[in-house]
Amino acid sequence: MLEKKEVSIPDLVDESFKRIAAVDSDVKAFITLDEENARKQADEAQSAGKTGILTGIPIGVKDNIVTKGLRTTAASQILHNFDPIYDATVVNKLREAGTITVGKLNMDEFAMGSSTENSSFQKTRNPWNLDHVPGGSSGGSAASVAAGEVPFSLGSDTGGSIRQPASFCGVVGMKPTYGRVSRFGLIAFASSLDQIGPITRNVEDNAHLLEAIVGIDSYDSTSANVPGENFAASLTGDIKGLRIAVPKEYLGEGVTEEVKQSILAALKVLEGLGATWEEVSLPHSKYGVATYYLLASSEASSNLARFDGIRYGYRAENADNLIELYKKTRAEGFGDEVKRRIMLGTFALSSGYYDAYYKKAQQVRTLIKKDFEDVLENYDVIIGPTTPTPAFKIGEIIDDPLTMYANDILTIPVNLAGVPGISVPCGFAENGLPLGLQIIGHHFDEKTVYRVAHAYEQATDFHKQKPGL
Amino acid sequence: MQFETVIGLEVHVELKTNSKIFSSAPAHFGAEPNTNTTVIDLGYPGVLPVMNEKAVEFAMKAAMAINCEIAEESIWDRKNYFYPDNPKAYQVSQNDKPIGEHGWVEIEVNGETKRIGITRLHLEEDAGKLTHAGKHSLCDYNRQGTPLVEIVSEPDIRTPEEAYAFLEKLKAIIQYTEVSDCKMEEGSLRCDANISIRPFGQDEFGTRTELKNLNSFNFVRKGLEYEEKRQAEVVSSGGKVEQETRRFDESTGKTILMRVKEGSDDYRYFPEPDLLPVYIDDEWKERVRSSIPELPDTRKKRYMEELGLPAHDAKILTMSKDIADFFEATVAAGAGAKQASNWLMGEVPAYLNAEGKELSETKLTPENLAGMIALLEKGTISSKIAKTVFKEIIENGGNAEAIVKEKGLVQISDESALLKFVNDALDANPQSIADFKEGKKKAIGFLVGQIMKASKGQANPQAINKLLAEEIQKR
Repeated sequence: MLEKKEVSIPDLVDESFKRIAAVDSDVKAFITLDEENARKQADEAQSAGKTGILTGIPIGVKDNIVTKGLRTTAASQILHNFDPIYDATVVNKLREAGTITVGKLNMDEFAMGSSTENSSFQKTRNPWNLDHVPGGSSGGSAASVAAGEVPFSLGSDTGGSIRQPASFCGVVGMKPTYGRVSRFGLIAFASSLDQIGPITRNVEDNAHLLEAIVGIDSYDSTSANVPGENFAASLTGDIKGLRIAVPKEYLGEGVTEEVKQSILAALKVLEGLGATWEEVSLPHSKYGVATYYLLASSEASSNLARFDGIRYGYRAENADNLIELYKKTRAEGFGDEVKRRIMLGTFALSSGYYDAYYKKAQQVRTLIKKDFEDVLENYDVIIGPTTPTPAFKIGEIIDDPLTMYANDILTIPVNLAGVPGISVPCGFAENGLPLGLQIIGHHFDEKTVYRVAHAYEQATDFHKQKPGL
Repeated sequence: MQFETVIGLEVHVELKTNSKIFSSAPAHFGAEPNTNTTVIDLGYPGVLPVMNEKAVEFAMKAAMAINCEIAEESIWDRKNYFYPDNPKAYQVSQNDKPIGEHGWVEIEVNGETKRIGITRLHLEEDAGKLTHAGKHSLCDYNRQGTPLVEIVSEPDIRTPEEAYAFLEKLKAIIQYTEVSDCKMEEGSLRCDANISIRPFGQDEFGTRTELKNLNSFNFVRKGLEYEEKRQAEVVSSGGKVEQETRRFDESTGKTILMRVKEGSDDYRYFPEPDLLPVYIDDEWKERVRSSIPELPDTRKKRYMEELGLPAHDAKILTMSKDIADFFEATVAAGAGAKQASNWLMGEVPAYLNAEGKELSETKLTPENLAGMIALLEKGTISSKIAKTVFKEIIENGGNAEAIVKEKGLVQISDESALLKFVNDALDANPQSIADFKEGKKKAIGFLVGQIMKASKGQANPQAINKLLAEEIQKR
């Protein structure tokens, strides 16, 4: 697809909008479309004769990444009318690479959720079965790619928000190393965990897209000064001698049998390609979810405080004084899950509780990080499932936050450790919904992660299957 | 009962970096509202701070000048609170690991020197500014993100006079380092004061009140004077001082209750995840340390030892770096140290106060001041004429000698010319002659005055006195 240049750019963009028109009323992946602008850009790119590897590729952008002049809501009522006056660094990089943004993708409000049911505007549905969730929070990003609406999308991953929906929707989703991709212009949820990453139909596309958006950014002090790499060039198919660690916690309690079997089958495939694997332990990963909900919520309670109705976004009417304006704006503008986390985080940071919650959680985070470092000292990658179950039904667990939170049990530790992780399709559950294989690498070693993911993908057919929409 | 007063001060000083602490917007005072802002200053969704290294250097410089230990690792924290002048609803500040700690400033009150401890100096971002207009409030975010250091003193201050001296000294030191203008009227220096009283001999502190709206050092002193009296009255009449914030009312000189503090505010501080810690190594420290100029106390000592100035002169001159620099340049241009000092402590500040100007806003230069002083010392002009010449050079500039020539202001010392003035005065005032001969010495003063008037101040007073004594005897 990338190399086929006999297709014109306007054709590519047209195809994307046609598909969106045909299926998005079912999938509901997009919050905002930018058709006029996209078509104009396509014409301009075509007449300029640009021939970069990503030139003209239609892309969808998660709605928590700001796009100048193009409505950006983070799927929240509180930003329902927000038109940014600047572009995120990744959006600038995409422009340089020549991709064409067709619209903004649905998500859980402020990226808080695992099913995209927390969007203030619409519920995105899983293209493989419309009764099921696409995962979240980047549900729109994964569903749009799975449904063939766009070949590429950008998501963001704080505790699994790229990998989990990629797994649920049978596509490839990469959470890069923390610091790999600039966060400037990403509406912050939890600053020490958030990373933007690519979602695509196959590993090679994914590697190309990541390559386009990485790099140190003078606008993001936490972006890392590591050289950009030719990730695609590492896709050699050769994984002979690769040492794989399989944490026993990743195939333990809560992980369904069919998920477990799909992973064991994947390990066989990898063995067949010359890799070896051993069982290891990440003893502190069982504290991951608790640690994550304290730290992420604490940061979120501060990050979301700026939505106060004063300068932009939703402002409540009929407030008689400042305090009432704040209270009404935030009560009316935020959804339940966002409020729950703001309250949790505010509590965890309160004086008298800080040491027992926030500080303790930071200490546990250090231990979790060390678990990964210890294991990776002897192995090239860590492999396990992306999620303990395939996609659940819409409405099935939305009223049970703890069960919902547990869905991220296998992805959260990766964010806490800051290492890169990818989800690639590795089979289907009995009910026909996709399953995902998670491959976790060393800090800034996306290259190896991609090489393994690609070798596995080439040895299997799962990524070639498409939902019957 | 006799009480001891305990005072601690919190001083905020804006640093005059070119750009803001976390964005590239200009950090200057006085621009049109909301023009010195970027999306970062406005707290837009998705923005991130990037630290201005200059702001850290300026803070280090200030901290070193007040004898603080400099942290090897300094950490940014978020201080969370809602207010419309605070666009992110958190202020990036430093809680646990400030840039500087454990410093001191030496003050002198009534001839005694005393060290006031500095608890800490930390760096943070300033907030925007609200203007309340009837039912509405207007936000100006120009000031948002201006680098600010907060300097907290130990509760070592015992009198309002010491508080005043501390502020004068602190301001002088910071101005010398050139990291801030320290202009209270532009808000680049602001001060809150904590004050409590306790019976003499008691170790633990009394309940303190916090004073706000102290818009000059004088108001700090007045507010503290009022507050120590008020607290003493409360306690003496059997009451209890409440922990509260009080506002100083400039028109009445009283402090007025703003709000009672129930416990402390909970700002939910936590480390700012968007910024990396600041690591300060010895090399960086030394580089900054070597850029600190000679500070007021060192200069004062030098003026006394090398230039022979009295302690009082040396202290007053060194309180402002501008004046001290001007003084040194005037001496370098040939003026005597004591003469230069007299002018810079007398006529110059009197003029500046009357006109409400800064020295730099006048035409006075060290060269033309020294030139004028030289004419005075040579006897070319009288001290009375000098005042006229001074007014001319401070307002319009120019060379004193040329002005004196051009305006015919040269002192008349020539005896034959003076004799005419003397005899004219004697001719016109026979009564004065009679009075003098009857022993009324005052008559001479009147006659001198008449002669000075007739000569437009140009007559040499010593010569006049001598001639008058001679001529009056001849009558």
